Amino acid sequence: MPKKYETPLLDELEKGPFPSFVTEIKKAAAKSDMAADELGQLEKSYRDKRGYWKHGGIVGVRGYGSGVIGRYSSLPEEFPNVANFHTLRINSIAGFFYTSKFLNEMCDIWDKYGSGLTNLHGSTGDLILLGTNTENLEPVFAEFSSRGWDLGGSGSALRTPSCCVGPARCEWSNIDTLDITYSITQEWQDEMHRPAFPYKFKFKTAGCAVDCIASIARADCSIIGTWKGNIAVDQAEVANYQKKGMNIKEEIVDMCPSKCMSYDGKELKINDADCVRCMHCIAKMTKALKPTGEKGATILIGSKAPFVIGATLSWVIVPFMKMEPPYDEFKNLIRKMWEFWDEHGKNRERIGELIIRKGMREFLEFIGVEPQPQQVKEPRRDPFFFWKEADLQK
Amino acid sequence: MALPQRRTDIGPPHYKDFLPPVIQKNYGDWKYHEVVNAGVMVHVANSGDKIWSVRVASPRLLSTDTIRDMAAIAEKYCGGYIRFTTRNNVEFLVSDEKNLEPLQKELRDKKYMMGGIGNRISNIVHTQGWIHCHSAASDASGLVKALMDEFADYFTTKETPNKVRMAVACCVNMCGAVHCSDIAVVAVHRKVPTIDHDKVKNMCEVPSTIAACPTGAISPEPSKKSVKINADKCMYCGNCFTVCPPIEIHDPEFDGVAIVVGGKVGNLRSNPKFSKLAIPFIKNNPPRWPEVTAAVRKILDAYVADAKKHERVGEWIERIGWEKFFKVTGLPFTFQHIDDFVIARETFRTAATFKW
Repeated sequence: MPKKYETPLLDELEKGPFPSFVTEIKKAAAKSDMAADELGQLEKSYRDKRGYWKHGGIVGVRGYGSGVIGRYSSLPEEFPNVANFHTLRINSIAGFFYTSKFLNEMCDIWDKYGSGLTNLHGSTGDLILLGTNTENLEPVFAEFSSRGWDLGGSGSALRTPSCCVGPARCEWSNIDTLDITYSITQEWQDEMHRPAFPYKFKFKTAGCAVDCIASIARADCSIIGTWKGNIAVDQAEVANYQKKGMNIKEEIVDMCPSKCMSYDGKELKINDADCVRCMHCIAKMTKALKPTGEKGATILIGSKAPFVIGATLSWVIVPFMKMEPPYDEFKNLIRKMWEFWDEHGKNRERIGELIIRKGMREFLEFIGVEPQPQQVKEPRRDPFFFWKEADLQK
Repeated sequence: MALPQRRTDIGPPHYKDFLPPVIQKNYGDWKYHEVVNAGVMVHVANSGDKIWSVRVASPRLLSTDTIRDMAAIAEKYCGGYIRFTTRNNVEFLVSDEKNLEPLQKELRDKKYMMGGIGNRISNIVHTQGWIHCHSAASDASGLVKALMDEFADYFTTKETPNKVRMAVACCVNMCGAVHCSDIAVVAVHRKVPTIDHDKVKNMCEVPSTIAACPTGAISPEPSKKSVKINADKCMYCGNCFTVCPPIEIHDPEFDGVAIVVGGKVGNLRSNPKFSKLAIPFIKNNPPRWPEVTAAVRKILDAYVADAKKHERVGEWIERIGWEKFFKVTGLPFTFQHIDDFVIARETFRTAATFKW
């Protein structure tokens, strides 16, 4: 029987309507010595208002440099069963679809070799197996990989790509987000499992500008679906929305950022040449409005959390690219970007930070993309600009 | 028992093997969707086929017992098909309408919390906290639990002017989308770290430790084969600790959380935005952080009372002006609110137009 800890502080977090993570840890702690010590150490953290985990050290499965996050208790005498308590990242399914059969198998393996605790999912989108000791890592990997599952990324490597639900269950997706995610994941297994980059690299693919996967905020490369044609309007459905109480002028026309719509009570008109494809009208009137024409993606680069230069949002590199299997144009562009990063990037420098340091021109010339007004909000406002010898000869 | 033969670099299984038949049939051919209620939506394909998604809350940290229970429910009503959302909710995928009511009944009976669809507060994206992270300045799961209990009715029934996306990060590394959320909590340190020079000598690489500092506060200390920190420049981010563990930044007395507001990732109506500082510091008060839930309540109530339909928190604040935001919420404006990091001047007001 695992050790039973008194947890008066954590018990307070079992009260209330929202499902409790404490209850989850307790369920696992009834069966697992590791989960029991995790619970005990967490209660101590709540008492002392500080964490007791250490990082560092090289730990993993044979032949891989990523997929396992080393974690050690800083109180190993007090909590010996979590003295080493590493996380495994299992590469999730694109779109986060699962079957009961797989989930049950996963639980059987994880109860046998680990704490019985998981995260569905981690922030990057991996299926997280939360905590086991060093000697269990190989067995867990053998069990999963023999069933067709693999580890995700960690460290200075390609991280597990993720995407929105896309064409699987959404009418707005302009690109096949699941297929793109699957394709780039399979293409770059080596880059994911054997860290060789200056730092981490994340892909996130969103089917439209609603961006349900937060790609523009959380991916070094954000792939956001868009289109080039007009928005088709079904006037009968527009009338239905009005009948059901929608104030089309206030809620749709007046909220259009490019002021390209008008409504006279009978007909909704769109000046498509002025539309910036923000998705507001389509999201609010999904039965009435549909994008038509050529579909593709905007490719943006550079978003990340605050370290080191402050948080960044991704910015446009390629305004429009067709995204059709096997995605060679996209993959070749990414290879060029990685070559630039590999050549110039410093240790722990994200690709976006490098572009800011070296300048967009260096980057765009290296990857072979022309300067375009879609890449900036406005032209520079300072009078300081570089001229290269070739520019002077023009 | 011998282990099975391991395989490497096979990648994840193909997603097609995990899609319900109705999705496989109508893949990329959906016509529209409707929100049936806070916990149910239906997607309708051009073929006329339908799939219902029944969404329940999850604490993200799940035991195998709970996952098995979810799998059993999915097997009973959904042909075994289940998915997770990017905000860690669970969706039961129903292809046969007659299973919809019995599924919801079983979920209710088992005390699963249905909701989160539409203009509401959905689940809070969050980080690992004291459960498993080395650099946590607060817990994440506890804050999320306290906040979601406080706002449970906004998940299950009540509506907000538009979606309210919340996030919690247990340090400024922000392994969640805190920097672009409507309302977010981020744990912060407030004191210069201490250095164990003997250990730095053996464990750390001096150049990478210096490079990790965003404000250039770290320089070599050759006499100790270590580094020193310029206290006037240090902004307590803790990145040096991640690169060099003997630089200790944890301080139970002075660590706590800040609250940031007004960020978004979607492009609808207005461009994606960063979250901005609303409250620079609230002390850690586990297990339920009542001062944090009260502060978020204050901001949310002001937004719900004053925002126009479809305005996100950031769009509401930009319409009324930040000076008005501090007025209607009653939150004090302090020196910490005026940026003095490296990109500060972008936020200074360069116009004579503002509200009293």
